[in-house]
Amino acid sequence: MDFVSILSIFVMACFVGYYVVWSVTPALHTPLMAVTNAISSVIVVGALIAGAAQGSVVSKWLGLAAVVLASVNIFGGFAVTERMLAMYKKKDKK
Amino acid sequence: MELSASSAWVPLAYLVAGVLFIMALRGLSSPASSRAGNRYGMIGMTIAMVTTLITHGIASLPEIAGAIAIGGGIGFVTARRIKMTDMPQLVAAFHSLVGLAAVLVGLAAYLNPVAFGIAGADGVIETQSRVEMGLGIAIGAITFSGSIIAFLKLAGKMSGSPILLPGRHALNLGTLALIIGLVGCFTQDQDLWVIAAITALSFAIGFLLIIPIGGADMPVVVSMLNSYSGWAAAAMGFTLHNTAMIITGALVGSSGAILSYIMCKAMNRGFLSVIAGGFGAEAAASGGPAKEQRPWKRGSAEDAAYIMKEAETVIIIPGYGMAVSQAQHVLREMGDQLKALGVSVKYAIHPVAGRMPGHMNVLLAEANVPYDEVFELEDINGEFAQADVAFIIGANDVVNPAAKTDKSSPIYGMPVFDVDKAKTIFFVKRSMGGVGYAGVDNDVFYMDQTMMLLADAKKMVEDIVKALAH
Repeated sequence: MDFVSILSIFVMACFVGYYVVWSVTPALHTPLMAVTNAISSVIVVGALIAGAAQGSVVSKWLGLAAVVLASVNIFGGFAVTERMLAMYKKKDKK
Repeated sequence: MELSASSAWVPLAYLVAGVLFIMALRGLSSPASSRAGNRYGMIGMTIAMVTTLITHGIASLPEIAGAIAIGGGIGFVTARRIKMTDMPQLVAAFHSLVGLAAVLVGLAAYLNPVAFGIAGADGVIETQSRVEMGLGIAIGAITFSGSIIAFLKLAGKMSGSPILLPGRHALNLGTLALIIGLVGCFTQDQDLWVIAAITALSFAIGFLLIIPIGGADMPVVVSMLNSYSGWAAAAMGFTLHNTAMIITGALVGSSGAILSYIMCKAMNRGFLSVIAGGFGAEAAASGGPAKEQRPWKRGSAEDAAYIMKEAETVIIIPGYGMAVSQAQHVLREMGDQLKALGVSVKYAIHPVAGRMPGHMNVLLAEANVPYDEVFELEDINGEFAQADVAFIIGANDVVNPAAKTDKSSPIYGMPVFDVDKAKTIFFVKRSMGGVGYAGVDNDVFYMDQTMMLLADAKKMVEDIVKALAH
């Protein structure tokens, strides 16, 4: 992919992010931070590529270390978001 | 036979992952749809990871599976065990991991560019990739060291008060300029020392940027680091030409930026002035000696119980002090008792209450307070005039009328709750000595309708609960 098409995706995604995040209710701002944390660990993709590649031993181990870090975030981030969201309840209709 | 990395399916799968991440954030527009949103996020992440594993050598799968299992296990157990009041430092710690992972991925790509498809025919990294790589590593490193400091401050392992180095602005700007210069240098010179210097200086600047920022500005800092972690992911996405990383990075980057903006606006402070740091230190120094002694009334738990029993409407304003003393559960008990007596109970939350955006909402949710009893500043502020009781627990600056009237006050212009319009004010506070974070005196203490309930928040509410039961 050339630079301009990548940049286009980036700019469009910034706009999407802008509108989507403004629609998030302030009560859920903490879960928002937790889940953005989890998804920004999609950087694990780069870590997996490095960890799986042959050629440089150092690069491979750096990749594997990054996989560990990103996995902490992915599993931890989604799990803690899930835990928080489960606590938000409406008034009991009695 | 493994799929070629250039197959059309691969970018398509990353695109799907990116869209699922957008849906994950979209779900958070209401608590009802939020859990489905979180699931979309998990599916998106699974798609991204599986796609990468299928297209890049299965050969080292055991090692990779091991790495995922170790990290995932640590993450999962931490997420299960963490106390809700510790959420701000957990989020800061998670940010630091994203930052460090970005640095490691950047270095790995530098050492083995062929594996990432960013090397030219001669094995040299393409110029454009070098810029992106340099920036990605720099942002990642700043996120890492900045988040470590934020974590230490939030966890109370380091003093929350600002640490001001002499000439820090010049030092910071100089370091930033040097980093940018080195990234430029990196396009010409592919030596290891350049990338090592970028990494080291970025670690240093992240540290320098956060130490002068005080505890109550942490909501802005945590949001800002959230944003940085997104930009780091996006920069890596540019380096590796990966759409999922670019989309996600942009989403997270703008999310953090918007949260920082909301927090700054809620304090009526410019983003730059927060980042420049030092707030609180100067105000506390200047506001100290001039303070006069004014009369105030002290109330007891029994007084509070008696008056609230007779009230029609009680509005509770929680702040960081409630989180510190873990009073949210007993506070909900108090609310339940009052509701059983026919009192209408509402919770009012200021955007900057607590140490991160939405901090109070999560704590009240944890204590089983229904979210439709919890209101934002602009939605409830008109109701204080009709309220019988404003019950302030662990908050201070967010109810200070000086923000509306006193132009010389450091918090002037900050939107605050109009508690002074309520018939009776109960102010739960540990002692009269401590002032709010901004270091300014609060007129609410001395108002005729105010009763100070001086005790630990949790202890005081427990006593009120006992008194109400009689």
